[in-house]
Amino acid sequence: MNLFAQHLLSLLIWLPILGGLMLIVIGDDGNARSARAGMMRFSALLVTVLTFVFSTALFAGFDNVEPGMQFIERQSWIGAINAYYYLGVDGISTPLILLTTFITPLVVIAGWDSIKPRPAQYFAAFLILEGLMIGVFSALDGLLFYVFWEAMLVPMFLIIGVWGGERRVYATIKFFLYTFLGSVLMLVAFIYLFGKTGGFDLLGFMNVPLSLPAQKLIFLAFLAAFAVKVPMWPVHTWLPDAHVEAPTGGSVILAAIMLKMGGYGFVRLSLPIVPDGSEYFANFVIALSLIAVVYIGFVALMQKDMKKLIAYSSIAHMGFVTLGFFLFWSIGSGTGAALGISGGMVQMVSHGLISGAMFLCVGVLYDRVHSRQIADYGGVANTMPTFAAFMVLFSMANAGLPGTSGFVGEFMVIIASFKANFWFAFLAATTLILGAAYTLWMVKRVLYGEVANDNVAKLQDLNIREFTVLAVLAISVLLLGLWPAPLVEMMNMSIETLLAQIAQSKL
Amino acid sequence: MTLLGLLCVVLVADLFVDDEHRNVTYWLSMASLAITMWVLFSTAPMERTVLFSGAYVSDALSQAMKIAVVGFVAVAFVYARDYLRANDLHKGEYYVLGMFGLLGMMIMISANSMLSMYLGLETLALSQYALVAFDRNNANSSEAAMKYFVLGAIASGALLYGISWVYGVTGTLEFSTMAANIAANPDMNGLSLWFGLAFLIVGIAFKFGAVPFHMWLPDVYEGARSPVTLYIASAPKIAALALLLRILVDGLGDLHAVWADMIMVLAVLSLLVGNVVAIAQTNIKRMLGYSTIAHVGFILLAVFCGTVKGNAAALFYTLTYIVATAGAFGIVILLSRRGYEAERLSDFKGLNARSPWLALMMMFMMLSLAGIPPLVGFFGKLNVIDAVLSSGYTGLAVLMVLASVVGAYYYLRVIWYMYFDAAEDQAVLQASADTRVVLGLNAMAVLGLGLVPGWLWALCTRVLG
Repeated sequence: MNLFAQHLLSLLIWLPILGGLMLIVIGDDGNARSARAGMMRFSALLVTVLTFVFSTALFAGFDNVEPGMQFIERQSWIGAINAYYYLGVDGISTPLILLTTFITPLVVIAGWDSIKPRPAQYFAAFLILEGLMIGVFSALDGLLFYVFWEAMLVPMFLIIGVWGGERRVYATIKFFLYTFLGSVLMLVAFIYLFGKTGGFDLLGFMNVPLSLPAQKLIFLAFLAAFAVKVPMWPVHTWLPDAHVEAPTGGSVILAAIMLKMGGYGFVRLSLPIVPDGSEYFANFVIALSLIAVVYIGFVALMQKDMKKLIAYSSIAHMGFVTLGFFLFWSIGSGTGAALGISGGMVQMVSHGLISGAMFLCVGVLYDRVHSRQIADYGGVANTMPTFAAFMVLFSMANAGLPGTSGFVGEFMVIIASFKANFWFAFLAATTLILGAAYTLWMVKRVLYGEVANDNVAKLQDLNIREFTVLAVLAISVLLLGLWPAPLVEMMNMSIETLLAQIAQSKL
Repeated sequence: MTLLGLLCVVLVADLFVDDEHRNVTYWLSMASLAITMWVLFSTAPMERTVLFSGAYVSDALSQAMKIAVVGFVAVAFVYARDYLRANDLHKGEYYVLGMFGLLGMMIMISANSMLSMYLGLETLALSQYALVAFDRNNANSSEAAMKYFVLGAIASGALLYGISWVYGVTGTLEFSTMAANIAANPDMNGLSLWFGLAFLIVGIAFKFGAVPFHMWLPDVYEGARSPVTLYIASAPKIAALALLLRILVDGLGDLHAVWADMIMVLAVLSLLVGNVVAIAQTNIKRMLGYSTIAHVGFILLAVFCGTVKGNAAALFYTLTYIVATAGAFGIVILLSRRGYEAERLSDFKGLNARSPWLALMMMFMMLSLAGIPPLVGFFGKLNVIDAVLSSGYTGLAVLMVLASVVGAYYYLRVIWYMYFDAAEDQAVLQASADTRVVLGLNAMAVLGLGLVPGWLWALCTRVLG
């Protein structure tokens, strides 16, 4: 058990990556229905489920009162520049790792028979992506973090490009270059910090004193990387394209986990490494977040394509996350600041589940009708009652209905912003109206009314596979909405530590 | 020296071998390379030895670089053989000229005086001119060779002219004495020396293909037959780096403040022009040519720092760049077949469906050149950026990373063609076992060196320390 716990994070990272490599080595045989393709699917599912099972050990063994890092692994990697293979998790990264290991098996099931060309490569890309994402959330060495962060782009680039829709090439190149542009600036910041500290230890970065001009530049470099990833207005334009063109599984991973990396970057890097720089730009970030919440909310209202609508709603919801993270200086010390950050964190986890579920719902419709246009549907509830029930539930959650997980995070952030400034809260709260408007209006047009056309009349309700995936997600959305305590308790201690770091000026 | 002897054996042997048994030449060449490699490893002196009345130096740097050039030339020969045989070009000349070029490179690497440097340079250059013209019935090749020869001769002239000025001022051709003389007489460090220096830099920039002396490079890359392009694109870059390091750092290190600015301008121009123009290319050899120009920008910026860290970064970058480029050209060669040169970018369309392995390997090479971790090219860039930042040039570092984002586009386009588009050409791809093995090892090296770059890094620092 002890050896297992010592290498648990490595296991979580390398098990899916090696599984993915194995799938590549075995390869496809050009027939999606062959026994070989079936075996590929099963082994992909097996690996992701195993990873999830192992990750529950992370949950079970996690110590809620430990203020520092846990499950630490540290080995010299590149001696010449003091880079370490250094992994560890705290209350901020553990929920996101669990989210990753939880969502990936669902994605594998969702792609079960909707992916026709080259299933082995498809599943291999997801497995490798999973390992790299877990790597991002657990790396405590700047260089290692960057390697995982950047390497992650490659499988996603291929997933969108090979299995995507009509304009997939445009979308995937845009996705890659936008994120790459942001990240290289972060690399420059890392190398600068390496020059200051003589190593890449992220915890070391947090303790090194930095002048205000340096902090401002580093903050901007980090902002370039994370704002693109979140994405924040006005660098969000890659997201609707990428989402629309990506296959369902790609959209789910993108919305549920990859967007969270931007938020994670803010809490793991920006806030503790450059607290004074963050303070300087806090109102700027808050302004961008509020624009995202309000303006993007209106944009979402006008969408005709379901995936695009959900993509825009993701941007608006992620605006809450960044809003919550940067309220600290407007609130001052006290309980409110912790509320903002933990609200943002809860919102990230909850949005991961809800947006993933929404994209899966659209995928279910798309597999049957091959259209994402709202206008092509209407009255789906008549032919697919079970599906309609799920979709209504997730839409309610997306709109922030109390009792679902969507409510908890938004409510915490709104409370925190009330403590900061009435107008922040006022603008943020418009999302309750806008979110309800765009989501429910879509639901009304797609699900209710008369059966719109022959395609809809011929629809079959969910099969077992789809039902399982959506049911699992529905249960977790409700569970997190009704009983968020375990999640919040897991984060508390680490957020305390984080707040202490932020409050400490590094000038 | 061993090489020269063996080379003569191969040359003579080749006379008696007809085209049917040309493999004999190939295996003899490979055997000579293997023996040379063995000699290099067994004599590896880590302390500096100067021979031939100061003309020749053997130190850790020369040893490491020689091992690398011998290795890369061997890789080029392996990749070339199938292609040459398929195109009725399997003449002994490719190997013989290649080995003469190698001899030139080794002399350059070990040169301790301007004269031996020039001797090596010309040996290399003449072999290359001939190699480019090697397919004599091909108009493109002949045109490229002519262009290369004329421009190369001008550059050699400039270099020679610069050497004469530097000799006139410092009174010596030997690098170590030159450095000592300049240090002893600070007034030597004046306009006339700088004048000579400028010509030296023109010559060096030409050999590297740095903007604005890059005109020959895309034409030669495109015009030469693919195995020749592979040869020119790989090992000679190390020799060019040796030229740069020996002259500017060993000989004229005290003038760093003067040459650094010139190098910086060349480097920045190369970065921008190389990356931007590469986007517009439709021929993969030409595209890789412009990408080379961009990479030269990185190498020059590393040397520009004038620190041991910078020089080590330049060596690391050059080595890792060649590993990826050699692999990329290896795949270009493999896709070609009798009478058909797979050199358009669109020839890569649908490669994933034709051969997932080749596509995967090509993806590794492209991502490495683009500098995406965990492939080794990323660590090359990381090193150079680190060297530039630690010398205090934040603006340059930002420019470098932005240029590599531009560069990422055209590398991604190759991946896009291979993976996202349908194949235009369904011909079955064939490769002999040794090509496959070496290509596989090459891809493994790109990935493996990326996962554990530490030792190579430490080695580069040690040989330049």
